[in-house]
Amino acid sequence: MNTLLKFATCGSVDDGKSTMIGRMLFDAKLLFTDQERTLLLEGRRESGEIDYSLLLDGLMAEREQRITIDVAYRYFTTKRRSFIVADAPGHEEYTRNMAVAASFADLAVILVDVTRGAAIQTRRHLRICAMMGIEHFVFAVNKMDLLHYDQRRFEKVERELMRMAAEYEIRSLRIIPMSATEGDNVTRRSERMPWYVGPSLLEHLEEVDARRADAEEGFVLPVQRVCRPNRNFRGFQGQIEAGSVAVGDELTALPSGERARVARILNAGAEAERAEAGCAVTVALDGEIDVSRGCALVRGARAEAADLFSAQILWMDDARLVEGKSYILKLGTKSVPAAVVRIRCKIDVNTGDEVPADAVYKNEMAICEISTSEKIALSRFRDHRALGALILIDRLTNMTAGGGVVLQVLRRSRNLFRQDMAVTREFRARQKGQEPRTVWLTGLSGAGKSAIANELEKRLAAMGRHTMLLDGDNVRLGLNRNLGFEEADRIENIRRIAEVAKLMNDAGLIAIVACISPYRQDRQNAREIIGADSFVEVYVSTPLEECERRDAKGLYVRARSGEIPNFTGISSPYEPPRAPAVALDTSRVPLADCVEAVLRALREREA
Amino acid sequence: MQMRAHLDELEAEAIYIMREVAAECERPVMLYSIGKDSSVMLRLALKAFYPEKPPFPLLHINTTWKFREMIAFRDRVAKKYGVEILEYINQDGLAQGINPFDHGAAYTDIMKTQALRQALDLYGFTAALGGGRRDEEKSRAKERVFSFRNASHAWDPKNQRPELWKLYNARVNVRGEEIRAFPLSNWTEADVWRYIQQENIEIVSLYFAKERPFVRRDGNIIMVDDDRMKLRPGEVIEHGKIRFRTLGCYPLTGGVESDADTLDKVVAETLGALTSERTSRVIDRDGGSASMEKRKREGYF
Repeated sequence: MNTLLKFATCGSVDDGKSTMIGRMLFDAKLLFTDQERTLLLEGRRESGEIDYSLLLDGLMAEREQRITIDVAYRYFTTKRRSFIVADAPGHEEYTRNMAVAASFADLAVILVDVTRGAAIQTRRHLRICAMMGIEHFVFAVNKMDLLHYDQRRFEKVERELMRMAAEYEIRSLRIIPMSATEGDNVTRRSERMPWYVGPSLLEHLEEVDARRADAEEGFVLPVQRVCRPNRNFRGFQGQIEAGSVAVGDELTALPSGERARVARILNAGAEAERAEAGCAVTVALDGEIDVSRGCALVRGARAEAADLFSAQILWMDDARLVEGKSYILKLGTKSVPAAVVRIRCKIDVNTGDEVPADAVYKNEMAICEISTSEKIALSRFRDHRALGALILIDRLTNMTAGGGVVLQVLRRSRNLFRQDMAVTREFRARQKGQEPRTVWLTGLSGAGKSAIANELEKRLAAMGRHTMLLDGDNVRLGLNRNLGFEEADRIENIRRIAEVAKLMNDAGLIAIVACISPYRQDRQNAREIIGADSFVEVYVSTPLEECERRDAKGLYVRARSGEIPNFTGISSPYEPPRAPAVALDTSRVPLADCVEAVLRALREREA
Repeated sequence: MQMRAHLDELEAEAIYIMREVAAECERPVMLYSIGKDSSVMLRLALKAFYPEKPPFPLLHINTTWKFREMIAFRDRVAKKYGVEILEYINQDGLAQGINPFDHGAAYTDIMKTQALRQALDLYGFTAALGGGRRDEEKSRAKERVFSFRNASHAWDPKNQRPELWKLYNARVNVRGEEIRAFPLSNWTEADVWRYIQQENIEIVSLYFAKERPFVRRDGNIIMVDDDRMKLRPGEVIEHGKIRFRTLGCYPLTGGVESDADTLDKVVAETLGALTSERTSRVIDRDGGSASMEKRKREGYF
């Protein structure tokens, strides 16, 4: 019977990875003739030699830049086995692509340049592969020809690799000295290294037993869909991920916990008495129980219904992982809203060191706690792959933003909830991905405060920021309706506006206040209420003559005639700020530039 | 636990993918090209959802230049299995008389790529299942199983969604965005043929050698399927036993001289063959080895 081996290759072009794969296909006479023609046509370098790597680098950008950007899948068959190679690029920036390749494979071939020994990137490759669940490894120690096939140099590297590998749970490990360019130990055993008694790479791949050594305990069937062609049939469709099932078996549905017995099994559409792991089945039960897509049918499995767990994750999105932000979690066949409620630490991908962190960026690894909006069927990744592997999807862009594995299912005690889920000002701010600030615009009536405030809010909204505009005139119509223009009322007016702005900041929002606020002391009070770090004072310094000339509301005319008493600038003083963050004269600076200046001031505060 | 046979594993994987599409996508469709891969896809879909019928229609983009035997086969299959097959023809292209003789690459673009985009928009499909395989061609080798296409149906190879384990991300936002899903991603041509043999799947008779009229053109054997075939000066119609390894528009599909007239013979001949299959499809040669990637970026399947 012809079996299939899926393996990943890790390493960069410099390690000779593409040459190794190309060589394997070439030597094993696995190339179709037209591919050979392509190779000869495109592959001639100055030396006139064949460039095997051109077989593999498929995309236009890759050929132009002579690098591998994305995972490529290659297929070949020998007399003994069928193979699928997931060829992963080695650069650090493509860590996520290596994870993609590793999650697909049962075995990893990691290229090591013998002249450089076990490098940092070797550690990285091993760590990612191990995280994604690979338990079978080959180290291809390449470029032996450059060291004249020296046994001692190989053994030195071999010792380093053994030490490195000892940190992980590895079921099979093979370390092979190789020269991909010369063809030593790729498909045929090398005569130039008689001291090496093991198999060539291809021989090993043909023979290795890469089944998961520990067959998972019990039976697991994540339900993909409910099949209901008519009222007499209700079947649950999915692929068996662990164990086997027979007609008559009692199964438990997760998360509901309800039980029923198997009445019928269809294996790939055909009636069956039993079915085993790997089969795509439809299972009908003898009782009506609560099962829908995303549920799991289990028996004797190490799985449970839960809504809080710790996970090791790899972040893959350009936008950083934000604590508290809602993502779509896909685990098994279930998609559910979920949030990372706590980042415990980052793991240095190269060294394995745990470092404290409150944000996780692209290609970084972290351990965190994830909370789902409802209970789902869950298990540790090491117990059940299918119920312990997950991805996080950004709800706005729909990008697959992160992937990971469940380490531990957590109990949600009240205490833990309070401690971990404290919804603080910082938490809410992070949720919105911004620093809360109060932009306080002060200046004469008609100076252009509202115009700047409105335009500023539009710009911030367009940048995806969350804002709230508090216009002095509007606040006086509502919250401050009971206040007049006497001194005590004026102080109270500013105090209330400052308190509201502070609440907005606590909610994570950027508050924009447009209000004459003529007295230095009032503004100082506001600064103290809001907090000096958050308070951004903007002085709209348009001169009185210009304000009076504009007189959009006709207030200056009425003030001059004495109709309005205590009018700022006419019958009441305006005290300009001594050190505003920005000063803007709208009679000289266009509106767009004013807004730009405020945005600049906000950015400076962030940095 | 016993190791599962290679073909069983591929079959289960394809069924899993089809079920994910049916469960997660709002309005899926299955592309049906009438070729052998489509026959395999249909068989898998029938198995995946049984005792239910496949919960999506099939869509055939007809360039109007398909082999006559293909159209007859299509209509027979629809009836036999009781599945809905939608046919879409780019009426604009038809009215303009776009044809493979005079319009070259523009023909493929207008009657296939544009037609597909029009059909997807017309019916509002949010996901399309296709029979593409990664072993076919360089850029396919890098494509995800669930391949996201933007609102203009274009593929962005540099911005693919990472695909981990079998946690396929089928989410789309804007109207017009869609997922192209490839259940046969991990199959090779040999696997397809072996599966056809194992399951005894009916395929179009053009795959079997038979006495047929043809001309030799630019190193290809082109069948004269009807009287629209324009002969070039000096070309003479020959008669001989030929068959096809892939099917498409007859003026663009190269045949091979062969005596393989049974499934077993065809499989034996194919597995021993030394040319990978798309070389016999003339259109892929235009534009060198990057041409498929270019067309995919423009919305081709």
